[in-house]
Amino acid sequence: MKEQLARIRSEALAAFEQAQSAAELDSLRVQYLGKKGELTAVLKMMGKLSAEERPAMGQLANEVRSALEAAIEAAAGKLEAQALEQRLKDEALDVTIPGRKVKLGHKHPMYLALDELKDIFIGMGFTVLDGPEVELAEYNFDKLNAEEGHPSRDWSDTFYFDAGSRVMLRSQTSPMQVRAMETMELPIRIIAPGRVYRKDEVDATHSPMFHQVEGMVIDKNVTMADLKGTLNTVVEQLYGKGTKTRFRPHHFPFTEPSCEMDVQCHKCGGVGCPTCKGEGWIEMLGAGMIHPKVLKMAGIDPEVYSGWAFGIGLERTAMRRFKIADLRLIFENDVRFLEQF
Amino acid sequence: MNLSRKWLSEFVTVDANDKDFAEAMTLSGSKVELTHDLGGETSNVVVGQVLSMERHPDSDHMWVCQICVGQEAPIQIVTGAWNVHVGDLVPVALHKSTLPGGKKIEKGKLRGVESNGMLCGLAELGLDTRDFPYAVITPAALLNDYHPLDKNKPSIPADIKAGDKVFGPVVCAKVLEAAIQPDGSFHTCLDLGGSTACPDTLCANLHEGDLVAYNTKADSICTLEDLHAQQAEFPHCIPDGIFILHEDCKPGDDLKPVVGLDDHVVEFEITPNRPDCLSVIGLAREAAATYGVPLRLHQPEVKGGAEGDLMELLDVETPAADLCPRYTARMVRNVKIVPSPKWMRERLRAMGVRPINNIVDITNYVMLEYGQPMHAFDYRYVKGGKIIVRLAEEGEELTTLDGQVRKLTANHLVIADDTRAVGLAGIMGGENSEIADDTVDVVFESANFDGTCIRKGALALGMRTEASAKFEKGLDPLNTLPAVDRACELVERLGAGEVVDGVIDILNYVPQPRTIRMDPERVNALLGTDIPAADQYRYLERVGIVTEDQSFPNSPADVIIPSWRRDVEGIADLAEEVARFYGYNNIPTTLMRGQTTRGGYSPVQEVERTLGQTCRSLGYDEIITYSFISPTYYDKIRWAKDDPRRNSMKIMNPLGEDTSIMRTTVLPSMLEILTRNYNFRNKSARLYELGRTYFQREDGMADEPKVLSVGGYGDGMDFFVLKGAVQSILDSIRISDAAYEAVRDNPSYHPGRCARILVGSREVGVFGQIHPLVAQNYGADADLYCAELSFDALCAAKGADPQYVPLPKFPAVTRDIAVVCGEEITVGALESAIKEGAHGLLKEVKLFDIYRGKGVAEGKKSVAFNLVLRADDRSLTAEEADNDVKAILATLEAKCGAVLR
Repeated sequence: MKEQLARIRSEALAAFEQAQSAAELDSLRVQYLGKKGELTAVLKMMGKLSAEERPAMGQLANEVRSALEAAIEAAAGKLEAQALEQRLKDEALDVTIPGRKVKLGHKHPMYLALDELKDIFIGMGFTVLDGPEVELAEYNFDKLNAEEGHPSRDWSDTFYFDAGSRVMLRSQTSPMQVRAMETMELPIRIIAPGRVYRKDEVDATHSPMFHQVEGMVIDKNVTMADLKGTLNTVVEQLYGKGTKTRFRPHHFPFTEPSCEMDVQCHKCGGVGCPTCKGEGWIEMLGAGMIHPKVLKMAGIDPEVYSGWAFGIGLERTAMRRFKIADLRLIFENDVRFLEQF
Repeated sequence: MNLSRKWLSEFVTVDANDKDFAEAMTLSGSKVELTHDLGGETSNVVVGQVLSMERHPDSDHMWVCQICVGQEAPIQIVTGAWNVHVGDLVPVALHKSTLPGGKKIEKGKLRGVESNGMLCGLAELGLDTRDFPYAVITPAALLNDYHPLDKNKPSIPADIKAGDKVFGPVVCAKVLEAAIQPDGSFHTCLDLGGSTACPDTLCANLHEGDLVAYNTKADSICTLEDLHAQQAEFPHCIPDGIFILHEDCKPGDDLKPVVGLDDHVVEFEITPNRPDCLSVIGLAREAAATYGVPLRLHQPEVKGGAEGDLMELLDVETPAADLCPRYTARMVRNVKIVPSPKWMRERLRAMGVRPINNIVDITNYVMLEYGQPMHAFDYRYVKGGKIIVRLAEEGEELTTLDGQVRKLTANHLVIADDTRAVGLAGIMGGENSEIADDTVDVVFESANFDGTCIRKGALALGMRTEASAKFEKGLDPLNTLPAVDRACELVERLGAGEVVDGVIDILNYVPQPRTIRMDPERVNALLGTDIPAADQYRYLERVGIVTEDQSFPNSPADVIIPSWRRDVEGIADLAEEVARFYGYNNIPTTLMRGQTTRGGYSPVQEVERTLGQTCRSLGYDEIITYSFISPTYYDKIRWAKDDPRRNSMKIMNPLGEDTSIMRTTVLPSMLEILTRNYNFRNKSARLYELGRTYFQREDGMADEPKVLSVGGYGDGMDFFVLKGAVQSILDSIRISDAAYEAVRDNPSYHPGRCARILVGSREVGVFGQIHPLVAQNYGADADLYCAELSFDALCAAKGADPQYVPLPKFPAVTRDIAVVCGEEITVGALESAIKEGAHGLLKEVKLFDIYRGKGVAEGKKSVAFNLVLRADDRSLTAEEADNDVKAILATLEAKCGAVLR
């Protein structure tokens, strides 16, 4: 019997070692350890042994059983690992095959530029105002100190809805200054982006409809130095720290003193190149201290309050920001253009 | 406004190159657009004199000339031009010279003959005949240059000789001599084949030996025009050639000063508040203030003494007194109309004004120098010696200097004599009183007219002139007298005539010096600066704003505003003057102080942002379209002729039909962009825009509701892709209770593929496939899909902020059912019936199949749903679930006639 057990042990261990699959291993288990298996058969003969032989043989038999069971487990583990390895190998992919993308839509470049500006100003405590595009000449001109006879009021420059030139398409976002002054509580910090309209034929730099952002601050003790400081901050956030600006005197009916702000040409760094027409500077916006007459007309005492305002053309800002050469692209809306942004 | 720096230097000494000058002026408020060195590209070009010329031995059209260029030995130059004659003074581009346009000249050989440079024409020097009217070349038709158009049928025989008849009275003649005369014309001697003729001619291309066509009847040499010939028949007889100099110069002189190319021109952008800067003196004042150097003004001095008494010669009345604050006039007699001298022509040219004759040039010169428009009348045509400044009569006609007949209205101000208008005040003179070559007596008008009246008058006639552009901005009435005196001074200086003593000067206003209060402390408060008071007064003094005692106090004081600075009205204007010369860029930069404000987006703006974000995450690109459209676009989207939405706001003065009305719908804009992309052969497009529409209000302004416009084609776009996008858009602002209803009567959409979105009873929008006829109207051969969602309705329907609902604790039971129903029953109706039938356990209904065909009767369809049932407080038993499903099936049958398959 002892020999039998030893044979089973060595045969079985060899067989387990050789097993190629879980199924084969399973049938080996049945063959050796099953109810009708070889080891079971040997154990069944235990009864025939003498009482002295039985404990030793029993112990041996149990040892063989545990050895076989341990070996089966080990073989099974090995096979499992092999199978997993095989599966992972089979499942390997060509990761360079393009993914199943969800196509994203694109913000229009002009609105990208606008949102940059909005974020900067909101961070400085400004609110964003929306206002009418069909506007009264009273707000677009009179209350902005552009009196009857101002050239921009001509029918050759501005679109009107009535023969009396009373209702018009706003030619600037500046009427929002007046609307804010008339309706908001002081102090005021607003920007007002929107569409504006001028009677310009379409070409590479002109469009009868375009966009501006108006900005305005009114408070006690507001100075031109504040205007410069704020706009410099904006420029640094837009174009990077250290971007140089310069302020030139200019004229707008609704500001005094008035200025235009230039930004040092990003292309040549101020030496002069075709981008800046050799000037080294690129005109960016118009601004100034709100004209005392404008404050007075809106019911604000210029002896107590002062303010500054600016207006910036959005298309030009976007064109500069993204190096778009032709304004017509902005309104053409070709998806090949839109999807670049 | 162009400025000649030579002219400027008469009034102020500025030692700066163009670039520095431009920058300094720009930073003090006179924006320089560009600077132009007139002779910058021209170098090594001198005056030469033609000593001799011979025909080129190896060319039928070139001449070999010996030119004296001021050195001992003449140089040899070959030219192809035919208007050169011995003795002519010509521009010579020497070896290693440069010309405008980057052209470089070097010596070389032309058909084997050495040429040491080039003789220049006007164009090669960057000039044209407007600069030098005397350089116009009239070519004769040289028969030796005749090239027949058809070789077999020449109009002129190749062997034609002197005396042969050409046609009619025209015979062939040989040039024996062509001598230039002082007036620039040529005296010729012609051999007519036996006899001779000696006609004078303007033709500049004649040389000894040339054959010409001579008209015996008219005693003239024929031009190409006279022969009705084409240029190709006489290829070298062209109205172009070398610029023959009639200037005071000698061989070897640098050409640039001779033709006025030694000046530098600075182009300024002058803002409308500074009409005083539309003059050399005005800009000189700014330059002097910018550099802090003295301004040298000139006091005109007139000798006068011409025969006659001005008061008897001329009588001026100004019945329209309020429109003519001042009228100043002087008279000049015995004028000799000739070209003005070189220095004056050069200055006019540098400023962009074409020289005409001495009298007209003087008026232009004074206008440029003083900024005061002037007019010169021929006294002969001022009937009755009377000048009346009056309003025109309605319908009165006047032919202006440009030859146009102008029909006037009662709002036009005219200068008239006793009988008729002789000029449009402040705009343009009349042809009937124009200065002519035989003008003897001249009236100089230097007046001040009402700006608004001039502006409206010019605008009504569509003729903005240099004068009207100045007047409309409001000129200084004090300027009229010095200007007219300056004109008379120039007349005397040029020897152009004799000035009559005295001035007619009508003042219809009371000149009063204007003072305003200057407060240095307030200026500093506005600017955020700390400029000492005295310094501020000093800056003001530079532009002529002074205290009464011309001191620079440390306190507030009244300052006198010069008459030419009408734009300075208050403390803010004074602050700008101080800032300009203190330097805008010396003002410190500070950050805003004071009460802080809370910035941010409003709730409505947040909705806008969310909608945009959602559209983009769904793959839709943002577009921007024009707010104005063409009325015909409503036809394109098949709106009925009487559709009330066609009632758009109309622009009275549109750019064109296509942009003439304000849109009441965004649909045509979206369709236009979709089709454009389709025409660009873009395979697909998904687009959105949050755009405004415009509806007129009672008060004349507009309601401007925004519409979220979504559209697309290609790449699998269909009704349900679009509907899915619409649903996601609604989801993004938590609208959960939207219903969809078929729309069959929207003319722009496919009647079977269009739905409206309802939230409660409110319509939020409409979407679907565009009607094929609409697509056809846009020329798109594709299925287009659009959605129009009212932004206001979306905002109103926006769901509340989310509230947490506990997650289910008990498992759900799912059941799939398939029911057969009539084709006409919608999935929506089935879903409603399912929800209605459920006994409160139904949590979800999901359509998963619609089947027609084998096993389902004709006209029927099988619709399958997946039902999820769950109770929140217990595990459902199969029995409970079955009960619910039974109830659902019963309702389906009752409501929809749908039976379990």
